[in-house]
Amino acid sequence: MIDRLRSVTGRKGLMAFLTVGFVFIVVAPTVMSDFRLNLLAKYLCFAIAAVGIDLSWGYGGMLTLGQGVFFGIGGYSMGMFLKLAEAGPDGLPDFMSYNGLTEVPAFWKPFASAAVALPAAVILPMLLAAGLGWLIFRQRIRGPYFAILTQALAAAFVILLIGQQGYTAGTNGLTNMTSFFGYDLNDPVNQRTLYVVVAVVLGAVFLLARQIVSSRYGRLLIAVRDGEDRVRFLGYDPTRVKVLAFTVSAGMAGLAGALFVPVVGIMSPALLGIVPSLELLIGVALGGRATLVGAVVGTVLVNYAKTSLSEQIPSGWLYLQGALFIGVVAFAPRGLAGLWEAISTWARRRERRPTPQLIEPAAMP
Amino acid sequence: MDILVSQLFTGLSVGSVLLLIALGLTFTFGQMGVINLAHGELIMVGAYSAFVLGGIAGEGASLLVAIPVAFFLAGCLGLVLERLLIRRLYGRPLDTLLVTWGVSLVLQQAARDIFGAPNVNVKSPPWLDGGLVVAGATLPYVRLFILAMVMASVVGIWIYMTRLPAGRRMRAVMANRQLAACSGIATDRVDLRTFFIGSGLAGAAGVALTLLGPVGPTLGTNYIVDAFLVVVAGGLGQLRGAVAAALALGVLSALLEFQTQASLAKVLVFVAVVAFLQVRPQGLVVLRSRALT
Repeated sequence: MIDRLRSVTGRKGLMAFLTVGFVFIVVAPTVMSDFRLNLLAKYLCFAIAAVGIDLSWGYGGMLTLGQGVFFGIGGYSMGMFLKLAEAGPDGLPDFMSYNGLTEVPAFWKPFASAAVALPAAVILPMLLAAGLGWLIFRQRIRGPYFAILTQALAAAFVILLIGQQGYTAGTNGLTNMTSFFGYDLNDPVNQRTLYVVVAVVLGAVFLLARQIVSSRYGRLLIAVRDGEDRVRFLGYDPTRVKVLAFTVSAGMAGLAGALFVPVVGIMSPALLGIVPSLELLIGVALGGRATLVGAVVGTVLVNYAKTSLSEQIPSGWLYLQGALFIGVVAFAPRGLAGLWEAISTWARRRERRPTPQLIEPAAMP
Repeated sequence: MDILVSQLFTGLSVGSVLLLIALGLTFTFGQMGVINLAHGELIMVGAYSAFVLGGIAGEGASLLVAIPVAFFLAGCLGLVLERLLIRRLYGRPLDTLLVTWGVSLVLQQAARDIFGAPNVNVKSPPWLDGGLVVAGATLPYVRLFILAMVMASVVGIWIYMTRLPAGRRMRAVMANRQLAACSGIATDRVDLRTFFIGSGLAGAAGVALTLLGPVGPTLGTNYIVDAFLVVVAGGLGQLRGAVAAALALGVLSALLEFQTQASLAKVLVFVAVVAFLQVRPQGLVVLRSRALT
């Protein structure tokens, strides 16, 4: 097991991974309050989605502005399962009775079973991404066009959710989810367990992504990002490479959404539209795209800043977010990872040359 | 019958507003490869300038003044944006998209802080009350006015592009930037002019939108996605393509909303655009070129 891990991360990486894992799974729950730990669990859910975005955008060059859609499908799958599990005696979730429905709609019924709802949270987003990705990429539609289409998808998805009030609970979304497989979600002990589950899933997703990008396929993905036509001329099919990465990234977003629901207890269109979809990107950009660690660190930092800023100055967050988009993307496109690298090369150079030598101008060639 | 006529007319009217917004997008995208997500906020700037002018000049009196003022203000804002940010990012279209998104967030929040989060109303002038009755359907004068304004803009752009030296230079840069530069065209000045006109049109579109409904900080975002779909479906930097795609999209969504529900219509329009791209991946009108990408 450990050997297998080391082959993915390398010796130094393995040590770092285990240390960080220890901090998150053992230290954090013992030192943090229930409230803060719940917030951290939420950030880690976003980080799972961010790893997926990094795979598709950072490594594959496919900027997706509609990741909220996949996050939402995962979240709603889980939400439907939880709502049905705690529905009243007539088997109808509360909001459906408010909207005058007398029977559970047919497409809700399969989600009553955990064996359907939990896999669906990951598989449905992947199916949608695979279908859409194939239709778009096989026509060699790429770059900004792809970004615009995913943005339009997010807009349409949110309008659909809001419009179909009786089936989806409209703007309010799915709320009042209090139990998860019979465990009370308001109980701090259960929330702590849930946090550990989220942290472990993030670790697994991280390793999977790491494995993907360091494989032969990962190199192909980067090659497609940097020169799609050259890859095509070499005899590969870039469509397949791109569709696969986009699909995996959608699956990760779906998984994140499914975990988000029990952690936060709500799933609504306001969490999925264009604005939240782009908010997922800024963490990846800040951390440094095409570095998986950067995606996780950046997302946690950005969400922490959002929470603490919104507590003090509500309008400040939007200014900060706008400034981050402008500052990071325009002036520091490699993000914190680039900064880290610059500092460590500078430090190494200093180490190698402890005393700067004075060179006479005449001695210079 | 009269319902169908009025639906068709609504579709045309929505499509014409989309066209006004999409014109600026398609030219900046086609010429400079720049996706400007802050375009929606230029619309908002136009709409709020009409609101402020209405406060100064009295209700309804200011519409004809507001259009050129909004054009100029939004155009200048576009120039500032181009000079300060966008020109650093030529050749990085995806990054431009994210940076302009940041600008759009800041501008929206600024509008919220200046004018307040609730929507404001701009009174339309009394001479636009009522409507024309055609085949039993009433066509509101307000929408007819917008249609006329868009037609005038399209004709103006067409004359600019095909008849004036500046437009000829613009088409040259769009077709082949390096060759145009080699032939002695100051491409960055052409870029600036295109950006000014495109942004100005967005400002004018903002004034037109005040006639249709209330003005809020997120006014632009409601239209920008559809306008982008027009750009994608119409083809880059193509006047004819943009006109056809905007009108088709407007009429299609009006008819779909009439047949089904508004929320379903959005999804169906998206599906229609993706299906259309299967037939013509580069949009309706394609500028032939031997370039690989």
